[in-house]
Amino acid sequence: MSTDTPDAPAGDAPSRAELAARIDELEDALAAATDEDDGKKMSIIATKGTLDMAYPPLILASTAAAFGYEVTVFHTFWGLDILHEERSKDLKLSSVGNPNMPVPNAVAALPGMDRVTTRMMERRIADNDTATIEELLETSLDMGVEFQACQMTIDLMDYDENDFYDGVTTGVGAATALQDMAEADIQLLV
Amino acid sequence: MSAEFDIAETLDVKGASCPMPVVKTKSAIDDLDAGAVLEVLATDPGSMSDLDGWADGTAGVELLGQEEGDDVYKHYVRKTE
Repeated sequence: MSTDTPDAPAGDAPSRAELAARIDELEDALAAATDEDDGKKMSIIATKGTLDMAYPPLILASTAAAFGYEVTVFHTFWGLDILHEERSKDLKLSSVGNPNMPVPNAVAALPGMDRVTTRMMERRIADNDTATIEELLETSLDMGVEFQACQMTIDLMDYDENDFYDGVTTGVGAATALQDMAEADIQLLV
Repeated sequence: MSAEFDIAETLDVKGASCPMPVVKTKSAIDDLDAGAVLEVLATDPGSMSDLDGWADGTAGVELLGQEEGDDVYKHYVRKTE
């Protein structure tokens, strides 16, 4: 049995003009929706505060900003140290737990070894003209990257909101991060 | 190469490594007028691939060419809009 109703009265079907109006309406709505979401977004969650792990979020954030992305980096736990004006200048490299280090773990665990490996890394960074953490952070801020410092961990670590670089957003939590992630084209946990 | 178009500005990022050549190119392009060409001088070999990828993925810029000279990589980027 066919569901076609060729015999239905003409009055029930939308007229050609009504259909045309509806099409215009839908096209406008589509244009508005695509216009609104024109720019791409990236959301990074930065959880680590060692010298080596501070680099990836900042390099990707500044590069994405150069691509025209709207970038948010949500810093939590040790990741807060990257935004901490004082502590960011003194990030350390762990000499233990990394089998690629030139010293065996038993030696690396000796007091003062973290300082040695950190100095070694800092020298390499300087020799290679690799940007410093501070430089990358300032550049990213200039380019409009939004850095957020997780409020719960600020309190947990007993940091003060004034300890962070100018331009860092405080007073935000997981819900803010989740919202950014939901809207982002790229989401990364570092 | 420079005979084909007028260079409005030259950006020297010699010595800088990833991500600075791309990031500084973006900032320099922002300061130019539409249609102007930026010359970028870099020593980072990664800049060849990175600037190509950046220009490809970024609206409003066009990579006109890249040259590998003596110890320096030259890139020519036009701001299109």
